[in-house]
Amino acid sequence: MTINGSAVAAEVADRTLLVQFVREVAGLTAANIGCDTSSCGACTILLDGQSVKSCTVLAAQAEGREVTTVEGLASGPDELHPVQQAFRAEHGLQCGFCTPGMVMAAVSLLAENPHPTEEQVRSGLEGNLCRCTGYHNIVRAVLAAADAVEGQERP
Amino acid sequence: MSIMGTRVARTEDPKLLTVGGTYVDDIRVPELTGAARVTFVRSPLGHARITGIDASAARAAPGVVAVLTVADIDDLPPPPPPPEGPPPDEPAPLPLGGVWQEPLLAVDRVRFAGEPVALVITDDAYRGADAAGLVSVDYEPLPAVIGPEAALAGETLLFPEAASNVAVTNGKPADPAAFDGCDVVVERTIGNQRVAPVPLEGRAVAARWHDGRLTVWVSTQNPQISRFIMVGAFGLDPGAIRVITPDVGGGFGAKIGVDRDALLVAWAAKHTGRALRWTETRTENLIAMTHGRAQRQTIKIGGTRDGRVLAYRLDVVQDTGAYPRLGGFLPFLTSLMAAGPYDIGRVETAYRVVVTNATPINAYRGAGRPEATAAIERAMDLFAAEVGMDPAEVRRKNLVPAGKFPYHSPCGPVYDTGDYVGALDKVLAGAGYAELRAEQARRRARGDVVQLGIGVASYVEITAQDAANGETARLEVHDDGTATVYTGSSPHGQGHDTAWAMLVQDDLGIGMDNVTVVHGDTDLIPLGIGTYGSRSLQQAGVAVHRAALDVKDQARRLAADMMEASEADLELDTERGVWHVRGDPASARTWADVAGHAGADGLAASINYAEGTPTFPFGTHLAVAEVDTETGKATLVRHVTVDDAGTVLNPVLTEGQRHGGIAQGVAQALLEEVVYDADGNPLTSTLTDYAAITAAELPSFELLASETPATINPLGVKGIGEAGTIGATPAAHSAVIDAVSHLGVRHIDMPTTPARVWAAISEARNRQ
Repeated sequence: MTINGSAVAAEVADRTLLVQFVREVAGLTAANIGCDTSSCGACTILLDGQSVKSCTVLAAQAEGREVTTVEGLASGPDELHPVQQAFRAEHGLQCGFCTPGMVMAAVSLLAENPHPTEEQVRSGLEGNLCRCTGYHNIVRAVLAAADAVEGQERP
Repeated sequence: MSIMGTRVARTEDPKLLTVGGTYVDDIRVPELTGAARVTFVRSPLGHARITGIDASAARAAPGVVAVLTVADIDDLPPPPPPPEGPPPDEPAPLPLGGVWQEPLLAVDRVRFAGEPVALVITDDAYRGADAAGLVSVDYEPLPAVIGPEAALAGETLLFPEAASNVAVTNGKPADPAAFDGCDVVVERTIGNQRVAPVPLEGRAVAARWHDGRLTVWVSTQNPQISRFIMVGAFGLDPGAIRVITPDVGGGFGAKIGVDRDALLVAWAAKHTGRALRWTETRTENLIAMTHGRAQRQTIKIGGTRDGRVLAYRLDVVQDTGAYPRLGGFLPFLTSLMAAGPYDIGRVETAYRVVVTNATPINAYRGAGRPEATAAIERAMDLFAAEVGMDPAEVRRKNLVPAGKFPYHSPCGPVYDTGDYVGALDKVLAGAGYAELRAEQARRRARGDVVQLGIGVASYVEITAQDAANGETARLEVHDDGTATVYTGSSPHGQGHDTAWAMLVQDDLGIGMDNVTVVHGDTDLIPLGIGTYGSRSLQQAGVAVHRAALDVKDQARRLAADMMEASEADLELDTERGVWHVRGDPASARTWADVAGHAGADGLAASINYAEGTPTFPFGTHLAVAEVDTETGKATLVRHVTVDDAGTVLNPVLTEGQRHGGIAQGVAQALLEEVVYDADGNPLTSTLTDYAAITAAELPSFELLASETPATINPLGVKGIGEAGTIGATPAAHSAVIDAVSHLGVRHIDMPTTPARVWAAISEARNRQ
């Protein structure tokens, strides 16, 4: 499979989950495992541009496909993606454990709906738990990121 | 211009946003290369005798390194005997021990589903789960004791040697004259349910024994206390144990120190000589990490017809789960804060701590104080309803007036500073209370299906309750002009790195970008207490501030020497971060110059700040809920708060703390509850069953600013970490009940799930 633009190949046991593959084989530890019922979303990554909970996908199912994790989101070391930038500016994170999954879920949400209402952001992030922020600043960050992306796209 | 009080974005965030934090399971150091994985074999039963363990099949399974049972624990000192004499009035937050001793691995009896029975060590995690299933444990089931009533009934004992399920009894018997002179007395027993902390990162440990030294990487709120616990448990010298705490994915009180599971992993690494890792599953987290709250409260309140409260009594039964890990500490804190922010003439408290067949109870965001606030606020509402007054008006009438500080609570503490009525009025104005009541009246008059409820909760809490334990800071200024802070308070999301760097910049003019904050390694910081009880800024922050002032004094002497000037003539320009002679800005010496002039010991100061005393933040929360009277579904639509924690260092951080606390507080009121069935089976053992609150179930919050400085510390600060859970739970709870109070409902136990609300409405209608 391709992870963040680089080809990664390995032979793994059938039951290896995609999140384990990303963490243990590719060595990208940002995506976290927060539950075992695909309830918390800490492992959210993009598979062919769509957000998936990588604890509920077998590594084998991602064969030949394109994986994006939060490590592959920024275009350069000093250039945060608008969603990352908005999370920083709005204090959309505290302990940081849910953050890589939350950011990827937000990226996916904005790709599907570039101008969400607050209610749409809240229902769109329902599958991603955060225990620190009360979601207040996460929601603000996603709305701010939507505005920022719109601002960038405007000629 | 000072950076203090300004909105500063966190220095922690760029890493967390781009490559993620480094949590225990992310550590890729050479010492842990090839580390084996620990899988626990846990009791599937709530209460049973163990009659045999056969691990032979598991030991023979592929990839198994070892299977350890209680028979293998032959290399540890016995637990210390319990202290003699009567229990102290102020219980320490320590396990009771003695007949209530909690073993590392269950010996001949299991007392909660999830209790560790054996450890399986394998080369990979998947094989661990396979092999754990092969460990055969013979159980002889015993009747389970679930909830306070069953514990008090005492038909089944968890600790037969103790001859009772009541581990601690404290407080005053009821004075028959206490409610004399009251026109109105209301009494009610209410529940403050068992909830799960659910940090997004569960418990995680890695450990290695090498060359007579144990290194333990652990997700904890207190690396130094963790080491202290291990020193006692393993009989090792402090110098033989190094505890490293990397990024921590939330704690909420449940990661104070280390528990038996973590001790077992560290012991097993020493016992087997293998580097080991353990990261718990969410199910382990929900059934075997400690839970919080779990009190049954009997409240009795009395006063005059015109709304003046004269007397209040609180009787608590604290369900402490299978082992009294904190003794009587949590209900002690509840008793300490029982009177809340009110000026009540007579207040009595008493509590009993009982053991039950559920996972042990420990601190959870607020730790005893949310329970106190929930009780007094429910009592105020019941009293207001009984005398037919507006609940906000009853509060205003009874709040400690601003002129009465410091205020001696009849429960013991001295509330330092406050403006309780001011906080109430600010919230009522900010929320538009009169208009909310008018809207409520319109919906009631129309008989709308969706009714509106308004809940008001005023609170005072105690932060840095253990201020006497102090906190450490070391500040070094290097000869390149940068500085390093070593803090004894190890964070888990609070933003210590940002806050401590702001303090250094403000005191010394060394820019935040040039300040590195180090925490969480006992080799670098042997002494420290940690992050809990909303103590960090007022303990560790003040320690950093003191260290900075000490460094400043030293630097003044060094600069005077370099510039051949008198110390009195030297000034520190904190805007430019340079020393110069007064009136001669051109004579500037940088921090690099000054540090370079220091002797062999460098320019540094170490502080152990222990002169602080607890502080008493306060505020008011107002929740607005809509309740569908046909389905019983309650929805929080607004939440307005004043949380006054003294001087604010960085509003970004305090607001974040308030937001998170509000969400957890609302979650307890509306949604979350740990449930066991009568046999002791946990029914909320996954996140599909435990209703951890989501973004879709919350509104945005309306935070109002208020700063009444503390006078007992130089920064004027109080704690803010737990205000949210303390204020939000009773406000949201009250809002739901208020929405259906016109139908005859006076009380609904938390969480106010649709089933409970619907049942309460039906019951009230049937009564009429």
